[in-house]
Amino acid sequence: MPMSLRNLTVLVGSVLCLLTGPVAGQQTGTPFTGPVFGAESFTLANGLTVVAIPNHRAPVVSHMVWYKIGAADEQPGKSGLAHFLEHLMFKGTARYPAGKLTDIVARNGGDQNAFTSYDYTAYFENTAVAHLPLMMDIEADRMRNLKLDAPAVNTEREVIIEERRMRVDSVPAAVLGERLSPSLWMTNHYGIPVIGWEAEMRGLSREDALAFYRAHYAAHNAIVVVAGDITAAQLKPLAEKYYGAIPKTGDPAPRVRSTYLPRRADVRVVMTHERVEQPEWSRLYIAPSYNVGDRVDVHGLEVFAEILGGGSTTKLYRTLVVDQKLAAEASASYEPDAISYGTFSVLLTPNPGVPVDKLEAAYDMALESILRDGISDADVARAKSRMIARLAYAKDSPMKAAYEVGSSLAAGLTLDDIENWPAAIATVTADQVRAAAHKLVATASTGTGILLPQPQAQGAGAAP
Amino acid sequence: MNQISLRNVLPILLGLSLLVLSMPRASAVTVAEVKSPSGITAYLAEDHTTPVVAISFSFAGGTALDPVDKQGLSTLGAGLLDEGAGDLDSFAFQSALDDQAITLHASADRDAIQGQLVTTTATLADGTRLLRLALNQPRFDPDALERVRREVLVNLAAESEVPGHLASRRLFTDLFGDHPYAREEAGTPETVAVLTRADVQAWARTRLARDRLLIGVAGDITAQALAGVLDEIFAGLPTTSPVAATLPQATVSSAPRIDRVVRDLTQTTIYIGAPGIARGDPDWYAATVADYIFGSGSFSSRLMNEVREKRGLAYTVRSQLAPFDYGPVMIVSAGTRANASEQSLAVIRDEWAKMVNQGPTAKEIEGAKEYLTGAWPLRFTSTESIAGLLVQIQHDHLGLDYFERRNQLINAVTLDDVHRVAQRLYKPDELTVVIVGRAPTAGAADVAPLRMPPMRKREPE
Repeated sequence: MPMSLRNLTVLVGSVLCLLTGPVAGQQTGTPFTGPVFGAESFTLANGLTVVAIPNHRAPVVSHMVWYKIGAADEQPGKSGLAHFLEHLMFKGTARYPAGKLTDIVARNGGDQNAFTSYDYTAYFENTAVAHLPLMMDIEADRMRNLKLDAPAVNTEREVIIEERRMRVDSVPAAVLGERLSPSLWMTNHYGIPVIGWEAEMRGLSREDALAFYRAHYAAHNAIVVVAGDITAAQLKPLAEKYYGAIPKTGDPAPRVRSTYLPRRADVRVVMTHERVEQPEWSRLYIAPSYNVGDRVDVHGLEVFAEILGGGSTTKLYRTLVVDQKLAAEASASYEPDAISYGTFSVLLTPNPGVPVDKLEAAYDMALESILRDGISDADVARAKSRMIARLAYAKDSPMKAAYEVGSSLAAGLTLDDIENWPAAIATVTADQVRAAAHKLVATASTGTGILLPQPQAQGAGAAP
Repeated sequence: MNQISLRNVLPILLGLSLLVLSMPRASAVTVAEVKSPSGITAYLAEDHTTPVVAISFSFAGGTALDPVDKQGLSTLGAGLLDEGAGDLDSFAFQSALDDQAITLHASADRDAIQGQLVTTTATLADGTRLLRLALNQPRFDPDALERVRREVLVNLAAESEVPGHLASRRLFTDLFGDHPYAREEAGTPETVAVLTRADVQAWARTRLARDRLLIGVAGDITAQALAGVLDEIFAGLPTTSPVAATLPQATVSSAPRIDRVVRDLTQTTIYIGAPGIARGDPDWYAATVADYIFGSGSFSSRLMNEVREKRGLAYTVRSQLAPFDYGPVMIVSAGTRANASEQSLAVIRDEWAKMVNQGPTAKEIEGAKEYLTGAWPLRFTSTESIAGLLVQIQHDHLGLDYFERRNQLINAVTLDDVHRVAQRLYKPDELTVVIVGRAPTAGAADVAPLRMPPMRKREPE
């Protein structure tokens, strides 16, 4: 059963790791040769990048616009602004005013939504291919012509604060995460919650949103991904017509963020919470990413995460759950898709009656043993084979493909990085995995988060 | 770290097996019935565009069939099916899956035990073998049983104070009373603790029988090949079960009620339940249209407009039709700030009444139909979702041509139909309301939406 439960903890938002799939017809275990998605890309004169991912199984498309701007680009004191603007983008333009915008999409059978991360903000419509031109018109229009009136902004501010209450305040593990991240990341913006600190969210103004919008929402700072029943040749004239009309206001530029980190330290946050009955233990390691550090280490860590905690047959689960019976869940994941540093994380859930410090000690011992002599050539070969075999499903769903490709591009990868990922993984050697793992454990700052029930918490949670 | 905040929330009704088959325009998918030599039938949507095959299956009778002192039996049993079978212990079985990126899982909801195999064409033979073993020769090794039991217990503890779970569990208790639907799908710590290996073995012998089996297959496989696969996987199962898969019809509570679960939370979770409409009801499609207008239509719904867009009272508010086999219900859920919960509830009640007093307009109905029919093709974008739909349409007796007919059924809904079904369904004086949050304080009047009261504490209370 395990499956569903275990997989839950695996990274949200990691692109390549999330891939459940692509490619057609290769034998399992054979090195993946072709491109993962078969995507084609072109650039318009105004700097907009456009990507087509053909998939003709159904007459539908997933149309996504990715802005290379996210929460980590906010100015000090303005946390939550990128996400607030994302909400406000549904307040419409002169041509597609609030209400009408969502109504038109719905009336054309479209599902639409948007989401915000540290490094990007994305909007999408899933719809019949016949309505793609309309969806492109809507997105192209609101890339530059957003109109905001003050009452709508004020109401929406309450909505995002309610969203914060739901996602953070109501979830003890998220509350803990908000204490841990700033300690770990210090001045790096990845330590600040995407949704924002409540006090700062309250101060976000219409003018703040419009300034952020004007500065960052532009053709040269966006990527349009269309996956589904369309080819690049069919997409190009549509892209020219709708997005090509947007004036050029700048040039695509590499995104550079400070890579400053203070001296290495291991921080620890322990939180007891009256609404917690089940303890949880997590450890985050600041790791290299596709944009910071050595690419060889990145691929090595991708394989290491699979070996360590990529499922119920991997080392952490075997050691801590099956053999020692200390944990009910044990998983590891690595998120290298980031403009700044990546994150390697381990999540453990102790079994009933097992003290968290005992579990932590067991993890430390297991890790030490694995690093000492626990990564065999066969382990590496098997992990790589699994990672590549999963790509066989990548082309199955256009929605998933659009997400995978768009989020990777928006996090600074190239289309080549994405399409050739299996080849890169195939070349990873056992020595590289060991070296990357050793380097991570020896040099990374870590943050350990421990969530505990209140002592003597009878009827935990009952409020006065 | 790349945590993402979605603008809109995912469905929050945990534990509801709803298949709001909202469907639209004719799909490009052709469905055929395949019968194996030994008489197993399946619906097949053959599609060779990607080398993926998904086999979905469902055995009627789910957690609601678990005895009251063995609640959680189906959840535990289903969870153990991929934990070792035949001559493969758990590790060998899981390795066989993971090494070839084959996905196999099973679970249980109130009405059924269900599962799915997803494999590439190249690994279909292995996938078939593993699913056959899982269903016919599950080992239920003591080690695996104890491990999965701990996992279930840990999950029960982890979710025990999640506001949505608290609300959902209480709502089901309130709505269904003594009916088995009120029981805990995954069990309680007490019942899970006492389940034995013999219980799980008996569960597999009696509940995984052919007389209650539905199969849907999609993807890169021909009818001829599928016939052999069906026999290999399913022919060895018992033809019939000694355990009836049926339940008594539930009497869904229609007595107005407000039930508070007091917790010191900054956000109040509101769940509202009422009698719903059966999937086979002639007015089902009219109800689907009404529900879209009322609260399932995302940003287009009345609830979303009134509660969120106009007043900023909530991030999420939505309705759902939940057509359980023996007691259909409708459910509204919302999360709203603690000091505005009464106001939010009042707005929702008001909208409930308006569905009757000021029924949906012709324009709203048109919009709903346009969305429901236009978005139908979006259901056919992955092999696994198609396979799941094929099981569902058999369960609902919709027929081989349903994918084609479905949009006609929606389009045939008239204004009179919607008004009639609204009169029948939306009874504002029959609501069961569950509120998870702070106790109401005397004199704490709700404030206007745009002026916030003093800040709540950010630290955990």
